[in-house]
Amino acid sequence: MKILVCISKTPDTTTKIAFKDGNTQLDENGVQWIINPYDEWYSLVRAIELKEKDPSTIIHLVTVGGADCDPIIRKALALGGDEAFRINAESTDSYFIAAQIADLANKNGYDLIFTGKEAIDYNSAAIGGMVAELVGAPYLSLATLFELNGQTATITREIEGGEEVAIVALPVVMSCQKGMAEQRIPNMRGIMAARTKPLQVIEPAAVDTLTSIVGFELPPAKAGCKMVAADNVAELVRLLHEEAKAF
Amino acid sequence: MSVLVYIDQSDNHVKKSAYEVLTYGAKLAAQMGTTAAGIILGKVNDNLAELGKYGVTTIHQVSNERLNQLDTQVAAKIIADAAQATGATVLVFSQNHSGKAIAARVAARLKAGLVAGAAGLPDTSNGFVVKKTVFSGKAFANISINSPIKVIALNPNSISAVAGEGSATVAELNIAVDAPKVTITAVNKITGEIPLTEADIVVSGGRGLKGPENWGVLLDLAKVLGAGTACSRPVGDAHWRPHHEHVGQTGVQVAPNLYIALGISGAIQHLAGVNRSKIMVVINKDPEAPFFKAADYGIVGDLFEIVPQMTAEIKKIKGIA
Repeated sequence: MKILVCISKTPDTTTKIAFKDGNTQLDENGVQWIINPYDEWYSLVRAIELKEKDPSTIIHLVTVGGADCDPIIRKALALGGDEAFRINAESTDSYFIAAQIADLANKNGYDLIFTGKEAIDYNSAAIGGMVAELVGAPYLSLATLFELNGQTATITREIEGGEEVAIVALPVVMSCQKGMAEQRIPNMRGIMAARTKPLQVIEPAAVDTLTSIVGFELPPAKAGCKMVAADNVAELVRLLHEEAKAF
Repeated sequence: MSVLVYIDQSDNHVKKSAYEVLTYGAKLAAQMGTTAAGIILGKVNDNLAELGKYGVTTIHQVSNERLNQLDTQVAAKIIADAAQATGATVLVFSQNHSGKAIAARVAARLKAGLVAGAAGLPDTSNGFVVKKTVFSGKAFANISINSPIKVIALNPNSISAVAGEGSATVAELNIAVDAPKVTITAVNKITGEIPLTEADIVVSGGRGLKGPENWGVLLDLAKVLGAGTACSRPVGDAHWRPHHEHVGQTGVQVAPNLYIALGISGAIQHLAGVNRSKIMVVINKDPEAPFFKAADYGIVGDLFEIVPQMTAEIKKIKGIA
């Protein structure tokens, strides 16, 4: 069993977002970088669990980014995984990133490709579906449970207003979310082992970039919270009805 | 050059989010000086010609019953083929559970630039620039799509569906339907509740409610408002409420017109799941609760006294005895 886990570097959830250079770049001042939580807590840990059950499983990690991603991918290796690939390219275009991952996947051949349900920076939730299309595999998104039975997987995924259970033959691409696994913290042994695990830096495949960021903007500042006295609930309801027209 | 809108359905009915993307697609087509059509996969019980009132001229249907169960690979191929057959250059999806999976596949298949999570209509005055939410709703990015074919997935609840007059031509598309690789063996829908992602109003409870036995006040308020009910992460983790009600960064992300937070402090992870709501109301006994900084209306006080009064006042306005 060969598993590819896609890892993205994102700003920590609690980051205060600001921009620089005429609102064209994220102001990285004070930003703490983390492994995208959905990639780490759910897809990577589920892959590690599968390897714990079947030690012959091989886990590869992949990220697309510059050398600044190395600490993130080392941290992921400290949690688990056998080998990592960093595709040495900076891009914000989903197609470019997915095509790089698909190129690696087509070369190496994986039974399973895991992503998080979305990255918390661009929130596009696009990489899994694009990779699946480019490698010609089924795609199960927003998965909460994954069980492997030989060359078949049973996957529970969230749908609007509920969930569905799907059976699919491998290879398959899956995006993972809460429920899939429990968060782990790297231990000292893992951190030491990660130092000597192979991290291959590979140059990107020739792929077109189809989108580009023109600029960023912050949402207009809220007018501030209109406070109503606790003994005047009728006034709050009146405001919601007449001023906000919220019901 | 035309616009093709994917119409999502479930349980043989067109979904609410489809009315929004149809409206969006029609407005975009008008802006581009072209027409918009819809495409729907599978059998439905609705009168599809009526979807013309949202401004689309044609509804393409592939009414193969097999398509009622979603296999994104099969669906993406049909939609991409349909786009090419009809000469569509912009494809519009809802960034909902199934839409975001299919849009990504279609974009990769057509080698089309994708903006997933669009917040409004593109600026076509100079190129094709789409605004989308980024950093979990904390900012927007303006993204230029530079490829000839373009795919947009629109955030649910970011524009209102506008129904006018009109009727669409419904035409069966003759496109080969591949055998699915995914077999759905069970579907478990929560019945009798408003799906959170489609709710216009959401009433949400946190640890301030002190225990699951106290949820009655919240449910009463939700009932008079016709609202979906939600909860914060600690409440979900403590199993006071079912997991599917958890809204926030790791839970469901919602964008209703009105979000009422009862006894929720407003941690940044919670706000990340709700900050696209149009109006936010916070009831909390702690005046320092961070949620007040993000809210539009607030009361500092005991929610067990305030919420039943809210319910009573709303009943008066709505004329409910």
